[in-house]
Amino acid sequence: MITADSLALLIAATLNAGTVVALASLGLLINERAGVLNLGAEGMMLVAAIAGYAVAVNTGSDVAGFVGGAAAGGLMAAAFGVLVIWLNTNQYATGLALSLFGAGLSAFVGIAYTQQQLPARPHFAVPGLADIPFIGPALFKQHPMVYIAIALAVGLSWWLMRSRAGLVLRAVGESPESAHALGYAVRPIRLAAVVAGGALCGVAGAYISLVYTPLWVEGMVAGKGWIALALTTFATWRPARVLLGAYLFGGVTMLQFQLQGQGVQIPSQWLTMLPYLATIVVLVLISRNPTWIRINMPASLGKPFHPGA
Amino acid sequence: MFKLEPRSAPSKVLTLASPLIALAITVLVGVILFISLGKDPLAGLQVFFIEPLKSAYALSELSLKATPLILIALGLSVCFRANLWNIGAEGQFILGAVCAGGVAMQATPQTGAWILPAVLAAGALGGMAWAAIVALLRDRFNASEILVSLMLVYVAEMVLSYLVYGPWKDPAGYNFPQTITFLEATRVPKLVPGLRMNIGVLLAAVAVAGFALFLYRTYAGFQLQVGGLAPAAARYAGFSSRRALWTALMLSGGMAGLAGALDVAGPQGQLTPYVPLGYGFGAIIVAFVGRLNPLGIVFSAVLMSMFYIGGELAQSRLGLPKALTGVFQGLLLFALLACDTFIHQRLRWVGPK
Repeated sequence: MITADSLALLIAATLNAGTVVALASLGLLINERAGVLNLGAEGMMLVAAIAGYAVAVNTGSDVAGFVGGAAAGGLMAAAFGVLVIWLNTNQYATGLALSLFGAGLSAFVGIAYTQQQLPARPHFAVPGLADIPFIGPALFKQHPMVYIAIALAVGLSWWLMRSRAGLVLRAVGESPESAHALGYAVRPIRLAAVVAGGALCGVAGAYISLVYTPLWVEGMVAGKGWIALALTTFATWRPARVLLGAYLFGGVTMLQFQLQGQGVQIPSQWLTMLPYLATIVVLVLISRNPTWIRINMPASLGKPFHPGA
Repeated sequence: MFKLEPRSAPSKVLTLASPLIALAITVLVGVILFISLGKDPLAGLQVFFIEPLKSAYALSELSLKATPLILIALGLSVCFRANLWNIGAEGQFILGAVCAGGVAMQATPQTGAWILPAVLAAGALGGMAWAAIVALLRDRFNASEILVSLMLVYVAEMVLSYLVYGPWKDPAGYNFPQTITFLEATRVPKLVPGLRMNIGVLLAAVAVAGFALFLYRTYAGFQLQVGGLAPAAARYAGFSSRRALWTALMLSGGMAGLAGALDVAGPQGQLTPYVPLGYGFGAIIVAFVGRLNPLGIVFSAVLMSMFYIGGELAQSRLGLPKALTGVFQGLLLFALLACDTFIHQRLRWVGPK
């Protein structure tokens, strides 16, 4: 039996879990639209999770924590960006190196913080709206970052498709040669996109350690960076679809807790597998039609650009 | 202003020197890190580069880490040469360990010596089965092998966890999540009395020779590499990309599974949630640092094993977290990728702009 109260909580939990993936995936969408594929999302999120946690513990401010997470993610992305954009290293291998390095670095720094406590977690409620029965607890008692993620998806949609700067970014990802010929600085634009993507992955990482599971555990991102990468493909590089996909993912993640709460007799491990299996299934369904992917994918995704002499 | 420009031919000197320069950079960062943490850098270098090689015991322990790394990295090198990004060797390792453990648990005190080959074969088949999912989904549905193989790592962890917390839990194990300790007949024989080093080392040596032959002396190996370097040329020559896909993934899955079997039937001796030790991810670095070359992989696997053991020693002797290993491993790969740029390109001073 699902009561209205538990349904409201399930919706709220879905938004919460979806926000992590949405933030990271929107960031990755920006750098993929500029033609750069960063497989280091998982590593950036891990480092940002511990950076955000450490800053929040030491300053007592969550806002500072988020800024710290974004800075950590952006910094790692910048290192990646310089390697792949200027030194033309292989994007797959370099991204992978970023993920492995991030896992090691976060574990190393995190040892000192496993026993540390965050300041008391604040509760949020949108004045007025939060008191509406059912809708209030379902939608309006979220962390502000949940609404920021929605605003970001809408804003990014507009910016990419309707603004001149967005057009330039897409041009750099579709045909860097043409953008270069028109006088746009392809490599700095790509770097900016990569850093922006890393910073958003950083915000997502900080959201995990400050809001989603407010503590630090080694490896706590648990594949969400990789799922965010998969999501950009599912969403055919469109912000609104990324948001929708992220909430679907959040729903699948939360379903396991719901089922366990209902006393369903399934070992917890099978339920924990669900989000990963769901990702594989959706990936298979989407990839079945290669033409569809090819039409939507930024044409120069993953390809290095050498400006002619 | 400096400008990167392509070299007319790849620099032979740098091809060999680049891993060494990368190592030097990693060591330099390590020294800075030790100093900034208030530790004696010489003591730090000693636990990473001297202690792991100091005695027969140390070398035996080193071999236990190097063996799985070599086996997995050999398989991955074939994948990477074919431009297939199997990054889920950790999952294939776990499934290999699970299948090997499943067979090992069937042994009774009467079981003959045939059980050990069966355990190892089960491990290899388990790893292959896990990689076959990746190959099938890529082949049939064009699904990215990167994402599928990685997602399957998490699934494999859960399969292992389900088994050791559930049906395979040792009834006499005080409710710890672990299987029974495998019987002596199923364990990988040791090479030298008193040391943990086992015949896995010999298997790794055979595998190195086997992969060198496959890559450099067989037509199938040649076809596979052409497919990775120049897909259009391979298609024109009529080389099957589907066959390359399946060959590379079955080889790497099988090797990772075998490594898993050797580890649970060797030093670990039972299944626990702690079976995955990160060898599957470490082997990615081993493969790249070893230039995707079988002999190079041996050297880089030994180096990476020194990082593992050095990390453990740094924890017990210097009070530094073991996670230092991961930091150095990641740094090494980063430095290598940066250094490799200069094999095909060079920096030239072009005057101020």
